[in-house]
Amino acid sequence: METLFFFVVAAVAVISGLLVITCKNPINSALSLIMTFFCIATFYVMLNAPFMAAIQVIVYAGAIMVLIVFVIMLLNIRSEAGRRGAHTTLFGSALGIFGLIELLYFLAKGGLTGSRGGLDAKIIEQFGHTELIGRALFTQFLLPFEITSILLLVAIIGAVILAKKNI
Amino acid sequence: MIPLHYYLVVSALLFSIGTVGVLTRRNAIVIFMCVELMLNAVNLTFVAFSNFLGSLDGQIFVFFVMTVAAAEAAVGLALMIAFFKNRESIDVEEMNLLKL
Repeated sequence: METLFFFVVAAVAVISGLLVITCKNPINSALSLIMTFFCIATFYVMLNAPFMAAIQVIVYAGAIMVLIVFVIMLLNIRSEAGRRGAHTTLFGSALGIFGLIELLYFLAKGGLTGSRGGLDAKIIEQFGHTELIGRALFTQFLLPFEITSILLLVAIIGAVILAKKNI
Repeated sequence: MIPLHYYLVVSALLFSIGTVGVLTRRNAIVIFMCVELMLNAVNLTFVAFSNFLGSLDGQIFVFFVMTVAAAEAAVGLALMIAFFKNRESIDVEEMNLLKL
């Protein structure tokens, strides 16, 4: 039953991913991408990571995609005037397919090594996923977390300066 | 229990779709969305490995990737608006000059 559900969600994720790159209208691409994000959030729930699923929906499907749809509508972009030349499409697709074959080859050939940590579904159930993430973030990963806040500040200043009347 | 390889294959497929989109599309916003798709494919790999190896570190990485993606969205879309004001288009084939 779980495997069947996995295959349905995976099929929806891959098909909407394909729609992102095949749709002529950018709005349709954006809506397909939101569908893919929801499927990935479903995978996170299946992988015992409910907090990641929540911020996937809130940050990606909520904040980032709203920004993208807003810009598409602000600039009033319809469909592309003309596609790239046939040789570019052919070369890009061939490169992507070669990359995929390479990835699948390494997946088939490689094995999972490394020792297991102590985290399992029972501990997540007991403490709560959000608490475990919060503890790790504010103890072991405190410095990267603070650097992240500087990154966000830089992004805010950069966006405000770029959006001025004449740059 | 679903094997780890299933998640990795889905992730590889999504990453390759994103690569093809970046290489073949002309609209800068669609290219931007394909980059987001690739980032999400990598995030799925991180969370899958994190669950199967019983460690939380991969999920912390996903958190940071999401932060960088949010910052990238804000700055990237501001750049596109600035470019559109000058050229009336966001076609990447027209981005061929260093000056405005």
